Amino acid sequence: MECDGRVKENRMIVAKDVKKTFESMGNVNEVVEKVSLEVKENEFVVLFGPGQCGKTTLLNLIAGLELPTEGKVFVNGKEVTGPGPDRGVVYQTTALFPFCSVMGNVEFGPKSRGIDKKTRRERAQYFIDLVGLTGFEKSFPNRLSGGMRQRVGIARAYANNPKVMLMDEPFGHLDAQTRYMMEEELQNIWQKEKRTCVFVTNNSEEAVYLADRIVILTNTPTQIKAEIEVNLPRPRKYSDPEFLKIRRQIEDICEETL
Amino acid sequence: MSEFEKKRRKDKMKITAISGISLCCFFIIWYVCTAILHLKPDYILPSPIQVLQAFYEKLGTKAPDGATLFGHIVASLKVAFTGYLLGALFGVPLGIAMAWFRRVDMLVTPLFDLIRPVPTIAWIPLMILWFGIGLGAKAAIIFVSAFVPCVINSYAGIKQTKAVHLWVAQTFGASRKEMLFTVAIPTALPMIFTGLRISLGTAWMTLCAAEMLASNKGLGYMIQLNRTIARADLIIVAMLTIGIIGTIMTGVLNKLEGKLVKGGRRS
Repeated sequence: MECDGRVKENRMIVAKDVKKTFESMGNVNEVVEKVSLEVKENEFVVLFGPGQCGKTTLLNLIAGLELPTEGKVFVNGKEVTGPGPDRGVVYQTTALFPFCSVMGNVEFGPKSRGIDKKTRRERAQYFIDLVGLTGFEKSFPNRLSGGMRQRVGIARAYANNPKVMLMDEPFGHLDAQTRYMMEEELQNIWQKEKRTCVFVTNNSEEAVYLADRIVILTNTPTQIKAEIEVNLPRPRKYSDPEFLKIRRQIEDICEETL
Repeated sequence: MSEFEKKRRKDKMKITAISGISLCCFFIIWYVCTAILHLKPDYILPSPIQVLQAFYEKLGTKAPDGATLFGHIVASLKVAFTGYLLGALFGVPLGIAMAWFRRVDMLVTPLFDLIRPVPTIAWIPLMILWFGIGLGAKAAIIFVSAFVPCVINSYAGIKQTKAVHLWVAQTFGASRKEMLFTVAIPTALPMIFTGLRISLGTAWMTLCAAEMLASNKGLGYMIQLNRTIARADLIIVAMLTIGIIGTIMTGVLNKLEGKLVKGGRRS
């Protein structure tokens, strides 16, 4: 699978006129309104929007944790009817299993798919090493820092070998310093192990640092406001004038929205 | 690290010392009140020395209550463990099933809520009518007393399962059954252990009540019989034995919990 810019035919995620409403106590709450989105294979797309804007709902629709009220979502050509091992999710808060060690968490996916112990251990070890947690295999999540936990979350999602990685503000709860470190780390990991990524954030700096393409969303009911291609070479620098220019551009677009 | 360990050891010693002092004070006050001040006659409140003597005597003699101390302990433990194990064996799975399967919840919960507030002791007369005064009646009472906390805590434990953990398992392609065993039950394990510990306590306490009313052997029976012949020393021996055995059982369960429950306690 060559990445030569002409992979347009290779659409990994297709969302078609997706609409999602929630009903609670007689109120109909429209969260996502007619969103159509395409993500190419191995593309890193960032969904960017204000807090509570339905980004997570959109991500959950791709993950299959929610089903659209109207419209359809396809991943790798198949319609999404529920969660599946072809899509790995990294969550906002640490969704690690507190009763499993780091190894237990990372090998959870392969284990539930019935992969034999030796193979799944090797694979889990590879991704534990990749996220820089060698030596912590036997530690339990309550002994890890926030950044380390999110590393485990990323390794866990990778270990199941998904076609698509879905990340829901994975660094939202980390302090700024750790956040920068994790962004760099994630970029390195992603460059070594290319996957189609959909990354949700409300931090424009993070968006520009990571994305091939930024999809800017409006407030609820969510629609796509604009899309920005980020063609800066990697690794990127936060202080690069081009980088700042794109951030400015995003901020301008968001101000219009309000 | 060693600095830290030193401090921990020191703290531990401090705790042991203070606990020791509190126990010693209790026995000294008891001793002063009885052996020196003679506040009450011996047959009502014997001195700790007399209790110790009674304890040694009781190890060998069957008089006046028909069994040696060891005999009573064995009789009581037999009843307690029969009832407790059965209670845990039925209670824990039922609590898990009630929390996990909505149909079971709807079916069982109303009945369970009706039975729950009935004090275990209120079951004693009915159990005696049904099972006589042998092992059966008492085991049945213990069963009820252990069963209820096991159900409640297992239920609450499973209900603590976080939605996001189930999502994770789901995105990994786990079936509902797998989610129960790989996510929900491990989440519930600390609470299940709490249930087991609480029910062990109530079982052991209920046992004495049951033995006082309907029995011819056991620690509760020993207490009751010795009241009728005013042997306070033997009553206290039986009470202390109950206390010590209860403490040991809780300690063993705590150790087991520490071995089985990994990753720290979850609120």
